[in-house]
Parts: sequence; C-alpha cells; structure tokens
Amino acid sequence: METIALTSNVKICIAALYAVLGIITIVAYVISFIKKGADNLKTRMKSFWIIVLLFTAAFMFNKLTAIVFIMLVSYLALKEFFSMIPTRRSDRRVLLWAYLSIPIQFYFIYTGWITMFYLFIPLYLFLLIPLRMVMIGDTDGFLKSCGTLHWAVMTCVYAIGYFAVYFSIPAFVNPAGGALGFLLYILILTISNDFMQYVFGKTFGKHKITPTVSPNKTVEGLLGGVFSTAVIATVLAPFLTPFTYLQAFLVGLVIALAGFFGDITMSAIKRDIGVKDTGALLPGHGGILDRLDSMIFTVPLFFHYVAYYYSIGILK
Amino acid sequence: MDSQSFKNSVKFLFFLLLVKPFIFFVLGINARDMDKLPKHGPAILVANHNSHIDTLLIMSLFPVSTIVKVHPVAAADYFCNTKLKSFIFKTLIGIIPIQRRVTKQSKEEMFKDINAALKNNEIVIIYPEGTRGEDNKIKDFKTGVAHIAKMNPEVPIIPMYINGPDKILPKIDAIIVPFISDIYIAEPVYYDDTTTKDFTLKIKSIVENLYLTHRRKETL
Repeated sequence: METIALTSNVKICIAALYAVLGIITIVAYVISFIKKGADNLKTRMKSFWIIVLLFTAAFMFNKLTAIVFIMLVSYLALKEFFSMIPTRRSDRRVLLWAYLSIPIQFYFIYTGWITMFYLFIPLYLFLLIPLRMVMIGDTDGFLKSCGTLHWAVMTCVYAIGYFAVYFSIPAFVNPAGGALGFLLYILILTISNDFMQYVFGKTFGKHKITPTVSPNKTVEGLLGGVFSTAVIATVLAPFLTPFTYLQAFLVGLVIALAGFFGDITMSAIKRDIGVKDTGALLPGHGGILDRLDSMIFTVPLFFHYVAYYYSIGILK
Repeated sequence: MDSQSFKNSVKFLFFLLLVKPFIFFVLGINARDMDKLPKHGPAILVANHNSHIDTLLIMSLFPVSTIVKVHPVAAADYFCNTKLKSFIFKTLIGIIPIQRRVTKQSKEEMFKDINAALKNNEIVIIYPEGTRGEDNKIKDFKTGVAHIAKMNPEVPIIPMYINGPDKILPKIDAIIVPFISDIYIAEPVYYDDTTTKDFTLKIKSIVENLYLTHRRKETL
C-alpha cells in the first residue's frame, strides 16, 4: 500500500492550521457568548472541525484511503448537484451512468493512468451521455439536458478528481512539501482568498462588481483578496512548494481570480434555480458545493500550473 | 421472546444496519424543520405520497429507538395480499394494514388497529392520497385521516411535504437513482369541530402550502 509522504514542513503546516482553527473557534465562541444570536458561527465552526478532521484522517494513512475519501466527496457533490437542478424523468438511466463514471474515473486516478483521467470525462462521457439519451429517445429538452448533465459531471467528478490526482506527482518535483505540500498550498490559498475577499469587501466594499449574480461582491473586496492572496502565496511558497518568489506571486494572482469566478459561477447557478444553498449537508455552511465552489476552479488550474513548470512525469 | 419483541428487534436492526445508512449516505435528506418532529407518540404524520421511499425517509428521521414505535398505515390489498409479504412488511417496517375497499365495517372497526397504536403512544404515518402519485402532483385527500383525528382529538397531526422520492423510485420504474430529498414539516394541528370533509381540506392545504413555499425551478 502506497503511503503518502509527509515532509516535516507539511507536518508543521498541519499543526499550524490546527492552531489557527483553534484560535478562530475560541474567538467564535467568545463572540457568540457576547453577542446573543450568533449561534450560526458556532455551528459553522463545528462543521469546519469535522471537515478538517476528516481530511487529515483520510490523508494521513495511504494513497488508497485518500483517493476513496475524495471519491466519496465527489459522489456527495454530484448527488447534491443532481438533486438541486431540474432533471427529466426520462434521464434516470443517464443519471445512473453519470454516477457510474465516478468509480471509473477514480480507478484511473488510483492506477496513475493520467491520460485516461484527462480524457474520460471531457471526451468519452461527452460522447456517452448523448448516446444513452438518444437510445431512450426523449427529444424534448434534449440539448439542455445533455449540456446540464455533462456540466454536472465535469464539475463534480472531473474537477473534484483533481484533489486526488495530486498524489500522482512524483516526490522529487517538490522536496519541501511533496504531493501533499502542493495540495495543502492550494487549499490554504483558496480558503484564505475567500476569507480575505470577504474581509476586504466588508471593510472597504463600495463598488458592486457583479450586481446581478452576487450583490455582495465588490471591486474593493476582489482587489484586496487578489493582492493579499498573492502575498500569502509568496510567503508560503518556499515552505511548501519549489516555486520561486515570482512564480508564487503569479500563482497567487491567478488562484485568487479563479477562486472568485468559481464562487460567483456557483452563485449564478443557485440564482438560476432559485435556491439559497446547494444543500444542507454541512450545518452553518449549506451544501458541500457551497464549500467547494471556489476549489472547483482553483484546484485543477493549480495542478496544471504545476504540470507546466515540472512536466516531467506528470504529463507522460 | 414473545412475537412482538421479536418483531421489534428485527425492525430495530433492519433500520439501524440497513435503512438508516442507505437513507443517509446513499440517498440523503435535507430536513430543515426537525424541531417540529414529535419526540414521542401519540402522533399522526401526514404526507404526500409518490414512492415507497417516502416511508423509509420519514421513519429514518427518528432515532432508531423511536422507529420501532412508528407505524405506516399501508394498503392491505397491496402489502398483505400474500402471507409472505404480510409477514415481511409487518415485521421489518411494522405496517398497520388497512382495507381500501368500502366494507360494511363501522369506522371504529375499520380504524381499530390505528386507534390502538395511538392509545399505545405510538406514531402513525398516513398518506391521505391513498396511493402513490405518478407526476409529483398532490392528489385529493381521502377523509380517513379526518375520521381518525375525530376519534382521537387529543392527538397532534403533523403535516409534511416530501420532495424527491418520485425521482429516486417512481411508481413506473423499478431502479433506484440516488437523489437527496427535502422534507418540510408544518406545525401540528388538532381536530377542530368542523366536518371531516373540511378538516381533510384543511390538512391538504397545509401540505400544498409547504410545497408552494419551497417550490423551485422545475424545468430547465
């Protein structure tokens, strides 16, 4: 069984994350003690702890448990997506095929068959979904349904699959952090970017940037988030990645923008359907897609940033 | 072990080991008004009905120790038409069979088992539509639930609306496709001094209201 290499930097980083989460939890409890009715903050922190504990538990053992864990996340996300959107009764068999693509895709990831990982959903499922649909023969809403289902699988299986494909990166690429170092780096950047955009938006926000999609987002929030994420990326880079300062600064900018667009894309979908949350799986947060929205954009993008610089052994 | 406690233990294990894991992991429930769910009986739960999954969903909302005291009222002609089916559904689910045909029985005789369960502080699930729907529309409610309410005026009736099971396992299909279901629960109502017909309409309008308040886009 292949274990996941934990460098000392990664261990320190995980310990630091727990410390930060601990401090935030204490602050949250103090706030909800002072301000009555801020209980949402407490439930939110509880859910956060569960997510972080599950993540560490899944990634501490070996590659297989980590990949199975991501596979289950992918299943929950796809189920949430299918439950949120309107689907045609006649597409029930097609939906089953879409669910079946999850174990196949993660089999490719586990065996390191990266070419099939790249191709299976964008190409083969792209062909198989309409194939199954014409066999059923319901043409009313065919194109809409076809597009929606493929979008769902691209989001919830292909993009989320990238979380697991990081473990295929050979260790020599990243002596400081290993594969897990890259993954931690991108997760920290995405989450801190969400947080920084929120903080800057709350403090300085004046000019709405997407009034029709997400009225709370402002130009000031975006700029503050992009800049602070680039700084965090640069500071963290020598610790977790092999990037130079310039490479890290650039990746910070790209990730911050991608995170922003991931966030508002999911908002646009929710607005289209007329729901506030994608689900109710994580109390205080909403659904699993509400939490993953920005990562669906940033995690695949960052993987290809890494693959571009260190293509040896990744794109083979 | 007498036959009742044998049935309860089988039902307990069935829900603990199979139904609950299946409902919460493979399918999933977005239950948003859980505080309105009764902690103990007697109570009558009333819901719209589109799929066999409805019953498993509602029962799974309760802790397993309470589930043994939850009994869906089920059509005798469908669930008890053979000895084997009758045994299985009575043991695993704990159904209370009811005749859907008009008989010469008095109402007290007809609802004897339901009244006994309510007297025994148990929880009863009733689908007043009388059968599963095929297009996720709420059909007219039968008056049975109002008659039971009239005989048990102190028992709370909890209307709920379920969205989702018609996609998971519709009446016309035999394959399960996973979806997360939504369950919306309304405030309890008690039988008032209106006619059974008016009371039936009242309950139906509560269920319909839950549907209308939480409605979202239904076609792309």
